[in-house]
Amino acid sequence: MKKSMYGKFGGQFVPEVLMPALTELEEAYERYKDDPEFLKELDFYMKEFAGRETPLYFAKNLSKKYGIKIYLKREDLVHGGAHKLNNTLGQALLAKYMGKKRLIAETGAGQHGTATAMAAANMGFESEVYMGAKDVIRQHMNVYRMELMGSKVNAVESGSKTLKDAINEALRDWVTNVENTHYLIGSVVGPHPYPMIVRDFQSVIGKEVKEQIMEKEGRYPDSIVACAGGGSNAMGIFYPFIEDKEVKLFPVEAGGKELKTTEKEALHSASLCVGEEGILQGAHTLILQDKYGQILESSSISAGLDYSGVGPELAYLADIGRINPCTVSDDEALEAFYELSRLEGIIPALESSHAVAYVMKMAKNGELEKLGDLVVINLSGRGDKDLETVFKLKEEKAKEACQ
Amino acid sequence: MRIADKFAELKEKNEKALIAYVCAGDPSAEATKEIVHALVKGGADIVELGLPFSDPVADGPTIQAASTRALEAGMNPDIYFEMAASIKENVPLVCMTYYNLIYKRGNEKFAKDCAEAGITGIIVPDLPAEEADELHVACKNNGVDLIFLITPVTTGKRMEKNLEKTSGFVYIVSRLGVTGERVDVAESTKNILARIDTEVPKAVGFGISNGQQAAEVIKAGADAVIVGSAFVSIIASGENVNERVEKLASELKISCR
Repeated sequence: MKKSMYGKFGGQFVPEVLMPALTELEEAYERYKDDPEFLKELDFYMKEFAGRETPLYFAKNLSKKYGIKIYLKREDLVHGGAHKLNNTLGQALLAKYMGKKRLIAETGAGQHGTATAMAAANMGFESEVYMGAKDVIRQHMNVYRMELMGSKVNAVESGSKTLKDAINEALRDWVTNVENTHYLIGSVVGPHPYPMIVRDFQSVIGKEVKEQIMEKEGRYPDSIVACAGGGSNAMGIFYPFIEDKEVKLFPVEAGGKELKTTEKEALHSASLCVGEEGILQGAHTLILQDKYGQILESSSISAGLDYSGVGPELAYLADIGRINPCTVSDDEALEAFYELSRLEGIIPALESSHAVAYVMKMAKNGELEKLGDLVVINLSGRGDKDLETVFKLKEEKAKEACQ
Repeated sequence: MRIADKFAELKEKNEKALIAYVCAGDPSAEATKEIVHALVKGGADIVELGLPFSDPVADGPTIQAASTRALEAGMNPDIYFEMAASIKENVPLVCMTYYNLIYKRGNEKFAKDCAEAGITGIIVPDLPAEEADELHVACKNNGVDLIFLITPVTTGKRMEKNLEKTSGFVYIVSRLGVTGERVDVAESTKNILARIDTEVPKAVGFGISNGQQAAEVIKAGADAVIVGSAFVSIIASGENVNERVEKLASELKISCR
């Protein structure tokens, strides 16, 4: 098996001009990933700037309601409000060691863009963020945050005007400026070595969970539940548990409106559950596509999950049966958003709401035993950025009710 | 017609090749056939027929917009091959597309469909040589050339590997970036041509839009110039398309003689 592959998934399907950059990145990563100085510096940023480690919080009210023990891994408490900073600090530091001057990134919900802007501001990089025009509107406070921290935000008007198109634009920028620019990919997607690098930087989540749950419960959890768009928070929490076969792993995808596809678009973003093998943005993975291989636009209430592909390693883990992909709908996610806010005083990101919603859904279906008695949910981000989206939905529903 | 035969024919006439790119189906399959006719009439020696993809990462805004228009007008691989088969110009046709469309159809079937439709070469901008083994075999089986790209940052072993694998011609990207019209092409072209050692004809693309630039590229030692966005821009304008496409082709071809 080629080292760029996860089973049959992965690879490097990029324009020729990027191949040397991928090789350079891979070599740099191999050189620095175990370098004591690099690790010491990364550790400093993680602790002092990002605020790690994050708590593993026992959700007592949620647990009481469902009759199982539920812990929340509080990535919403990372500086910036999401797990994204783990990876951007790692990659920005790597870029610094590589002598790059400029960072570019793509962003869906704006969390990765914000985290990139933070890392760039802190470490002294020039930075530019590409964001679908549709997402710029639905996440405009995050746009402002990025601009405050000195990033230039480019609204992408092509295609579906969402994450997929932002990635295309970022790739184009990279093709043009590859000599001085590091493309800071925000999820476990894209060509090798990105899925590996992002996974490694995010796996700090799972490593902490391992120690924390042993301390609190004296054993590993029965299940770990995490939302999956591209899949970085899912891979981050799953990866250290891959060899621990007794721990069941549930990536929860955006079921959107319903698990159906029209000619031009999917009404969901469930590429792991119902996607087909193909090549998108540098990797052989599972994607949403039509019968000719044209990429379908995806759909989700949460901008961060609204993506037509998924990380190749998740596709591989699903293929060998190590993970159990599942979906929840927009409505179920929204319900979980309210429930966690009310029950625990924690407003989750709409992305993370999908993970919470899955536990609620299993309870509703009387299938909680599939999860076991001890469950960890990765609360990948906080919901501040989504308040406007949820508020608008609430108003629309109220209007409908009046008519 | 095979690409090698065309280059042999041009060599006898002591000419260089003009390779023209158009996006199939922009604005319609019927129109593309007429545009190809105009291109050939103007002097194009090889025609690249773009098969539009929804996410063309190696293309700039001009060709991306053309791809979007073509897809909205209903272009798909089935119609594409049908249309290509009905083109009876005496020039090699080359398919340029992204790998997912090929993967989805199946490497072998795609190469076979090309051969049957009279398409004798394939260019896949998101398929580096490292990932191209299956398509390479399929192309060999069906007598279709698989054309690889060389860029200013392709060096050492990768350069050798790409040159060894490419057939028909080698596509030289003269500068970093995506497709699109540029002001200056001469210097970077000279630099990269000087580094390339191959028997395969050397075609330079990306950024060439007028006769003067084409002449500079030819002078720098290229065997062919590839022009895309300049033609696509004319098509996008919708004004006297065939006439203007023919005129630009003849202006460019003068530089190749």
